[in-house]
Amino acid sequence: MVPLLSLAGVSKRYGTVAANTAIDLNVMPNSIHAILGENGAGKSTLMKLIYGVEVPDEGTMEWQGRSVRPGSPAEARSLGVGMVFQHFSLFETLTVAENISLIVPGKKAALAARIRDLGREFGLEVDPGAMVHSLSVGERQRVEILRCLMLEPKLLILDEPTSVLAPQSVERLFETLRRLRDRGVSILFISHKLEEIRALCDRATILRASRVTGEVDPRAHSAADLAALMIGRAMPAPLPAEARTPGERLLEVSGLDWTNDDPFGVSLSGITMEVRAGEIVGIAGISGNGQQELAALISGERRLPDLSRDVIRMGGRPFGHLGAAARRKTGFAFVPEERLGRGAVPEMSLADNTLLTAHSRGLIRRGLIDRRAEAARTERTIRDFDVRTSGPQAEAGALSGGNLQKFIMGREILLDPDLLFVAQPTWGVDIGAATAIRHRLVAMRNAGKAILVISEELEELFEICDRLHVLHHGHLSPSLPLPQTTAGEVGEWMIGAKEAVDAL
Amino acid sequence: MRYRLIRRDHASTRAAVIAPLAALVLAMATSAVLFAIIGVAPGAATYALLVEPLADWGSLSEVLLKMGPLLLIAQGLAIGFRARIFNIGAEGQLILGAIFASAIPVYFPTAAGWWIWPAMMVMGALGGALWAAIPAFWRARLNANEILVTLMLSLVATQVLNYLLLGPWKDPAGFNFPQSVMFQWDAMLPVLFPGTRVNISFLFALVATLAAFVYMQRSFQGYQLLVGGLAPRAAGYAGFEESRAIWLSLLIGGAAAGLAGAAEVAGPIGQLQRSVSTGYGYAAIIVAYLGGLHPVGILFSSFLMALLYIGGDSAMVTAGLPVAAVRTVQGLLLVFYLGGLTFIRYCLVAVEPAGKPV
Repeated sequence: MVPLLSLAGVSKRYGTVAANTAIDLNVMPNSIHAILGENGAGKSTLMKLIYGVEVPDEGTMEWQGRSVRPGSPAEARSLGVGMVFQHFSLFETLTVAENISLIVPGKKAALAARIRDLGREFGLEVDPGAMVHSLSVGERQRVEILRCLMLEPKLLILDEPTSVLAPQSVERLFETLRRLRDRGVSILFISHKLEEIRALCDRATILRASRVTGEVDPRAHSAADLAALMIGRAMPAPLPAEARTPGERLLEVSGLDWTNDDPFGVSLSGITMEVRAGEIVGIAGISGNGQQELAALISGERRLPDLSRDVIRMGGRPFGHLGAAARRKTGFAFVPEERLGRGAVPEMSLADNTLLTAHSRGLIRRGLIDRRAEAARTERTIRDFDVRTSGPQAEAGALSGGNLQKFIMGREILLDPDLLFVAQPTWGVDIGAATAIRHRLVAMRNAGKAILVISEELEELFEICDRLHVLHHGHLSPSLPLPQTTAGEVGEWMIGAKEAVDAL
Repeated sequence: MRYRLIRRDHASTRAAVIAPLAALVLAMATSAVLFAIIGVAPGAATYALLVEPLADWGSLSEVLLKMGPLLLIAQGLAIGFRARIFNIGAEGQLILGAIFASAIPVYFPTAAGWWIWPAMMVMGALGGALWAAIPAFWRARLNANEILVTLMLSLVATQVLNYLLLGPWKDPAGFNFPQSVMFQWDAMLPVLFPGTRVNISFLFALVATLAAFVYMQRSFQGYQLLVGGLAPRAAGYAGFEESRAIWLSLLIGGAAAGLAGAAEVAGPIGQLQRSVSTGYGYAAIIVAYLGGLHPVGILFSSFLMALLYIGGDSAMVTAGLPVAAVRTVQGLLLVFYLGGLTFIRYCLVAVEPAGKPV
């Protein structure tokens, strides 16, 4: 059988960095083909080459046996390639039909009818007249997929489509994708989640460090086998948590209400929780449900008015009105989700980035920076946390995501906080570094520190947390103990429990 | 063959030094073409612009006289610029500094004593800082854009100066000219090099350079300003207060400009008059950026800018260059330099024409 899409020896370099090296890939008609790899393995670049966003430096590409070279997404679309990006490109102030009419030709009434028909056929029901800002993330994804389907593609590329979905919605998306495959649309499914790929895909091409390291039938291999192909060695085991009884209450949030000035932003209401010494508390939920707002309020980057200072308490004292520096002085440390530009200044050296939060640890003398102490502390962070870099003078912006995250985590952990708050600890971090970071967190918990973690990765929270809350539309669920709670129950909270079942 | 800009791992120090020099060469080469087009001999004009002012001690001292206020103001402004607080109104702060300093000799024209000129310098710095406090207050309070407020306040400052010179501060024996009394001897700055007009305010500028260097390269306060300028969200994360950065930046810039204004009236001018400044406040912005906002770089760029001022005057006389041509040279210099700045963080890499044809 002639492959639908066939790549041979495709390479792409950015400056001195090889993103793809001699990639061979064959996507057959009527198949769901997974591209599996860690962050930075080259998955996104490969999709950009297929979708015509970038042009390969070397290699050949064939479409249904015919040599092609898409130079733009429009050319790729005219061949029959559609792509759903991880970050949606929809206008929030337009309706579903209006958004689709920006790309798909035709009268709006006719489009609306087709949106309904296709929706029914593939389980992608969405109201064509609804404004996009009123839709849930799952519904927006359906709009993106519908928009591609309207152009009648033969190949649909989906970039990490499940990262924005609750477990229940994932199964529904898979059902849609299987139906599409049976009607003759092949699917390229990009993911790093092994179980999903085993449940859905017929073929899997595995990338590691810009190269293909294997092509397998994922149903015939265990998740551990796939992981080994993906990271080049066996999966490291998690650090076991010691049994502990939680100690003193270090963070208390009681009835936090906060109204967002941004009309499309999320407001928080009635947030109540506590974190005690010797436990890790997780906050699960799909991004964009108030995580960033809650993080800024807990870190002190956003302050509460003096009147509501008691709403957030640390170590029993009112904290809501204090700024970030004042909170840090009393044994609080925070790792934000954005590393560059927030957790670190990209243009500054690692040494100067150490100063950002560790300046009160003897690095300043009579108002002047003690360069020697600064370098020594930075070297210690680099050594203790295995940061791969040329030294304290390397610029933060030149480090890879994983290394920078290890540096920032190390900097904050070396502050020896009683309460550590980490947002998205392993976003964009390779598996080795992610495991190291989780080990550190569990070790801190075992040493009697209190830890609060916000994460999108449910598996990660289940691995390290003692209990978790779920954030949905600015509301926080009650505390759910682990491991008694199942992923399915957490998923129900993620989509707004019972009341939101039909909003899906 | 195509070329592409690739981000460097480190900011290149070599490129940081070469960029202004290359900008000077390119600006002079382009100007030479322009000079030729308007019928001025390029060689003579370039010589008059860059070499003549250095030829004898007399004109070199005039270069230093111009360099003083440019250096002082630019050092103050650069601190704010690195914190991304854009004080464009140094001109107005300079005028207010001149007015505040002049108050002493205007109200006590016969006073004598060693303390008079130092007191005037303090008044000048105070006046400039107060004028800059207005935009600082509105920016910190209401997030009013400091670029607009400082710029508009410069226009207000000019009118305040006009009012004083046409009204209450006009010299009664001055034939109705809009200027104050001539200042008494003790209100004048001591001359640094006998036989020239260069006074000790040149030392103020050098001391300010040293202070700016220590402040920005070594002090924690300077570091906080830098973080605020490079990554405002990182400053918020660290808990560095933005309003503090606004106040510090504007007060430092205002005080430096005010001091420069005081030194002008107590130095080469000797009275308060309408032409207190010949645009030092605006030229200092160019100087600050040409110097890469670095204290040492500004030392060189202020000298270069002063050289072009004096050289421009002599080129108008000896080479018949129109005044607009001198401005063009300054403008070209800035444009080429800003272009060259790209190469500090980026380098040009040749890209092979994409792969084998498919």
